[in-house]
Amino acid sequence: MRPHPPLALEIAAARGVAALSRRVGAGGGTTIPGKLLAELDRGAIDRLATRLGAGTAVVSATNGKTTTTAMAAEILRPRYRLAHNAAGANLVSGVASALLTAGDADLGLFEVDEAALPELVERLRPRSVCLGNLFRDQLDRYGELELIAERWRGAAAQLPESSRLVYNADDPQLAAASQGRAGSVAFGLDDPRVARPSLQHAADSKYCVHCGTPYAYAAAYVGHLGDYRCPRGDHARPPLEVAARDVSLHGLDRASFLLDTPDGSRRIELRLPGLYNVYNAVAAAALARSLGAGLDEIVAGLERFSAAFGRFERLAVGEKRILLLLIKNPAGANEAVRTLVDGGQPAVLVVALNDEIADGRDVSWIWDVDFEPLLPGLDRLVASGGRAAELALRFRYGGLGESAIEVEPDLGNALDRGLELTPDGGELVVLPTYTAMLGLQRLLSSRGLAEPYWER
Amino acid sequence: MTTIRVGHLYPDYLNIYADRGNIAVLTRRAAWRGHELEVTALGMGDAVVPGAHDLYYVGGGQDREQLLVADDLVRKAEALREAVDAGAAVLAVCGGYQLLGRRYRGFYGDDMPGIGLLPLETVAGERRMIGDVLLECELEPGERRTLAGFENHAGRTRLDPGAEPLGRVLAGFGNDGESGFEGCRAGRVLGTYLHGPLLPRNAWLADWLLAQALAHRLGTDAPPRLEPLADGLERRAQEVSAARARSRGGRYA
Repeated sequence: MRPHPPLALEIAAARGVAALSRRVGAGGGTTIPGKLLAELDRGAIDRLATRLGAGTAVVSATNGKTTTTAMAAEILRPRYRLAHNAAGANLVSGVASALLTAGDADLGLFEVDEAALPELVERLRPRSVCLGNLFRDQLDRYGELELIAERWRGAAAQLPESSRLVYNADDPQLAAASQGRAGSVAFGLDDPRVARPSLQHAADSKYCVHCGTPYAYAAAYVGHLGDYRCPRGDHARPPLEVAARDVSLHGLDRASFLLDTPDGSRRIELRLPGLYNVYNAVAAAALARSLGAGLDEIVAGLERFSAAFGRFERLAVGEKRILLLLIKNPAGANEAVRTLVDGGQPAVLVVALNDEIADGRDVSWIWDVDFEPLLPGLDRLVASGGRAAELALRFRYGGLGESAIEVEPDLGNALDRGLELTPDGGELVVLPTYTAMLGLQRLLSSRGLAEPYWER
Repeated sequence: MTTIRVGHLYPDYLNIYADRGNIAVLTRRAAWRGHELEVTALGMGDAVVPGAHDLYYVGGGQDREQLLVADDLVRKAEALREAVDAGAAVLAVCGGYQLLGRRYRGFYGDDMPGIGLLPLETVAGERRMIGDVLLECELEPGERRTLAGFENHAGRTRLDPGAEPLGRVLAGFGNDGESGFEGCRAGRVLGTYLHGPLLPRNAWLADWLLAQALAHRLGTDAPPRLEPLADGLERRAQEVSAARARSRGGRYA
């Protein structure tokens, strides 16, 4: 076995690299030091984690892990000094970096990539693990959804008995992974009025995990998330311990719901739109509660929260505004579309599709998104990003006339064109994939319109 | 106007790689030529009636979904064979392609029966083959065309000696990562690992399939010539996809 250098030395070396990375303008330096540490000695992560007096908590999900973690951080900040990978660096190296810069933090709160969850659970031995949802996403990177579900089941089975498993009971796969485990906390939604009329095309886990019979849904909320029951009686949604009820959605502006917990019920006014953010909020509430937060703290934290980086952002550009909404997979993009349609159909839309590793190199997912509800009000689509032409085809074969489509692969040109088409006082809606969103952030920041992400 | 009748096999189960994109392309491209595409779902327990459809489509799915439909598909095999013998066309992608062979052993060791419409067998390997693919095809003698798509499969598909592949691999893995061939073709039956989805960026193949389906519908031997379309966006999308296959190809995972 190779002897490892003293921890302090490794930490100093890794921190030096982070500073250097920022100085040369290579980015936020959010993962490079962690990569170095993970390279030098992966076990250092375990030892760094034990320095956190109140332990660690991790959040994973296909969609909403950044927002859920940020919401939980907002709730927990008055109670704990947090080490939090807020810039979204969520692989083993990103968590290592957050541990390196933890300073005098006493609680580690980390969003974790779906594929990295098993290793991080094993290394960190977290107090609480929050599992949000599993949707089809980046199949080129993760392989089949079933494979991730199986690894999560393994990770859940390995958790120390004292750990709390906080899971979305509306997702059959997660309910199955948590089944029979003492100390698990079920959260979910309970308001058939905001359910979809039917399962969406892209719904994934719609067959009973035990017998394969299609589930009967009393209510389907987002993708395959909902109140399901196997008609043969082999599996059904477990009772909810923490639930969002009586939901009201207010277009692009906000959402509110009744948060129901064993400690009581309170009305929550979120400053974020969309049903998916209600899911994020109830997940954050259940997680924070498992870490000791009281109902007052939860309500105050959720109501203070505005938005996690780049997920939903509004900027002013002269007399016009830009609305940025991240899209990255069918379930998330469908929610973005639903929220846009609820808030009034945009007439001009910029959609930027990249196919880097972080976006997914396989762009087939855009054909699983229900973009069609946007078409009736849409005068002009500016298709952008490395796969602009493919995106344009998606809208063309969805029924948008060719004359309404412009292809502009360059992000800056596409943004300028979109702004040009937007009247004064109007709002330009931009839907970027992950690296396109980073590109737009850089662009807007170079124009003095947004802060670089590592300064937030 | 001719109504082209498409039988879509197991749309609820086999749809993982945006298979509905392929159907959307067939529908629009038929409509732009004044024809109507009538798509019928053929799900669990539904009977296949030979002669009732001009084109069958089978999409991709995970091992779990393949396992759920495999036995039902075997019950449809005889009728499908009869339909194909009478000139119906078939496009099968990824998981559907595997089930058209004689058998498929999945990643978790499940042995699934295939229906033997294509002369091949598939066994899942340890690692998946994932990435952009570029093929050269010659479905009609002397007409060489390229197909660009994305593959993501653990299955290694071996064609029987003498079987005709869909195309030659210019970049990417193809059937097994070794043979240099991708997919399989038997008359009007095509099977391939390429999704993306396949047809939007390979409009020529969509038109080839529509022409075969029209020939079946009209009872003619020679497929009719379809009026060409501008296809500017389609070509741009194919060029980008082809460039990705050439520059970054596939990887094992």
